Amino acid sequence: MATQETNTTGLLGWIDERFPLTKVWNEHLAQYYAPKNFNFWYFFGSLAMLVLVMQIVTGIWLAMNYKPSAEDAFASVEYIMRDVDWGWLIRYLHSTGASAFFVVVYLHMFRGLMYGSYRKPRELLWIIGMVIYVAMMATAFFGYLLPWGQMSYWGAQVIVNLFASIPFGIGEPLSTWIRGDYVISDVTLNRFFAFHFLVPFILAALVFVHIVALHKVGSNNPDGIEIKKGPKGNRWSPTAPADGIPFHPYYSVKDIAGVVGFFILFLAVVFFLPDFFGYFLETPNFEPANPLKTPVHIAPVWYFTPFYAMLRAVPSFAGTQVWGVLVMGAALVILFFLPWLDRSPVKSIRYKGPIFKVAIAIFVVSFVVLGYLGTQPATPLATLLAQIFTALYFLFFLLMPVYSKLDKTKPVPERVTQ
Amino acid sequence: MKKLIAALLLSVVPAVAFASGGDVHLDHANVDLRDQASLQRGAKLFAEYCMGCHSLKYARYERVGNDIGLSADEVKRDLMPAGGKIGDLMKTSMSAADSEKYFGTVVPDLTLVARLRGEDWVYTYLRSFYLDDKRPFGVNNVVFPDVGMPHVLAGLQGLQKAVFKEEKDKDGNPHKVFEKLEQVSPGKLSAGEYDAAVRDLTAYLAYMAEPMKLERQSLGVKVMLFLVLFFILAYLLKKEYWKDVH
Repeated sequence: MATQETNTTGLLGWIDERFPLTKVWNEHLAQYYAPKNFNFWYFFGSLAMLVLVMQIVTGIWLAMNYKPSAEDAFASVEYIMRDVDWGWLIRYLHSTGASAFFVVVYLHMFRGLMYGSYRKPRELLWIIGMVIYVAMMATAFFGYLLPWGQMSYWGAQVIVNLFASIPFGIGEPLSTWIRGDYVISDVTLNRFFAFHFLVPFILAALVFVHIVALHKVGSNNPDGIEIKKGPKGNRWSPTAPADGIPFHPYYSVKDIAGVVGFFILFLAVVFFLPDFFGYFLETPNFEPANPLKTPVHIAPVWYFTPFYAMLRAVPSFAGTQVWGVLVMGAALVILFFLPWLDRSPVKSIRYKGPIFKVAIAIFVVSFVVLGYLGTQPATPLATLLAQIFTALYFLFFLLMPVYSKLDKTKPVPERVTQ
Repeated sequence: MKKLIAALLLSVVPAVAFASGGDVHLDHANVDLRDQASLQRGAKLFAEYCMGCHSLKYARYERVGNDIGLSADEVKRDLMPAGGKIGDLMKTSMSAADSEKYFGTVVPDLTLVARLRGEDWVYTYLRSFYLDDKRPFGVNNVVFPDVGMPHVLAGLQGLQKAVFKEEKDKDGNPHKVFEKLEQVSPGKLSAGEYDAAVRDLTAYLAYMAEPMKLERQSLGVKVMLFLVLFFILAYLLKKEYWKDVH
């Protein structure tokens, strides 16, 4: 992108001779031209960054009083809740923030799905985003053990045992290696704490890479039109895309309103419903971990339940349960291939035909229903439903190369629409 | 598709039943955390009847006194064992080994019980002991069958017996279903007074489970008002900047 000459003086000039401060500011904010037709769905990227920063900051403050030991962990969380000044607020921000992070990222990913933001030239941008999502899941999984409640403990036990299902004599030693013990123990808690502290910084680095890739190709928009390929020249620059507006101040002020709107919902949960009906803070976690007492019903936190439902839906055969684990893994892996599964001549749902609209609706219903089923005990009926919706989840992707080609698309306009 | 939706709705039914805490009906505790007199009565009841075995080990006497409106002297006199310090955690004097010996299980800490099992559960549980010769302490509980705990509040409540009715299950086999509790012998309190006392105790445990609840809610209201105002300004600012985007 062509940046205007910078002629800075004074302190800024001194810095600019040594570090490209003005150049970076212009290239990524003041002269970064984003499509002018972003809608509601375009808030969630910046909100995800906000939540990441909030999680890191509250996490560091929690770590100042948290003790990663099987003996003290549960009590140290209660110490934070009761004896540390504002500890309860920091802790609720962090526990609600974990769920908010997934809410925001799921909406961000759904936006990409709707408007074809993964299509050429944004394949790599999508893949980096998927890596971020997987790193997020890892962070959440490690963090969930730390309060050392009953569900923390048994949830971790179940997930680590998944690795034990790998055949050829690899599974058992692998799961023992992950735990550092034959059961989830103090040793496991210590290493999970180390990883829970480390991975968010890797996550932050990945977010940086995600944005570098985004600013290389430019943002997609609800019309799925490449504004860089359209006519040139706007009020700010003769060479900038005509449908682009500078990110700063237009989207920076718009995002402020988005951030405040988000905080209204988020802090309403923090201050009035921190348990969120047992979904954000699960009731069994008000009891310390007890390795001798298996809970009747073990369920992961809501953001993992769609995948957990898939895991349980697959029966074991040939003497191993590894198939469920493979299906669960495949549900994630298939998302990486999305850019090459979509063969539609248009990007955005606005110009796609009825088949895609039905398919994406089925996909959303499947994901939500699987999420619900994952929170429930596995009855024969629930298992049957989980099998049906797992199949639908995969069919959305596997049939995409066919139906996206067959679909009757509408003509895409030359310029973005408001 | 209709069948599928019906099946889906049906699958929700057991979940709802499960969420309400099994098949036992729970009475509404209806506690008021703002009623400090109720919390103080609950605290005294707890110190007198419960603390011998049950700890509240994540809480400290001083904080509790401040929150429920008792002075340090009152806390020392009414809630604390002799020789304790006001900043101490509220531990029980009974050791885990002793509790195993007396009750066959480690007596649980109750700091978080109102969040773990729910206020209604605590309220109903403490009013649901009934005579049962088969149990070591001669009582059982409708809400928590075969619980190891004796009816420590029997002196206040008196004793009740459970009335069961015969019902046939799907295969036609008769089995007993709990119907109601009937007073057998009176206690120091009338039924109404006992319910009120248990409500105080439940309120105290509800406070105990989340001592900052009132603070969080009142702060929440202020934060919401601020944010709504902020949102209006942020929205107007956005509109102003975007006037020239067509």
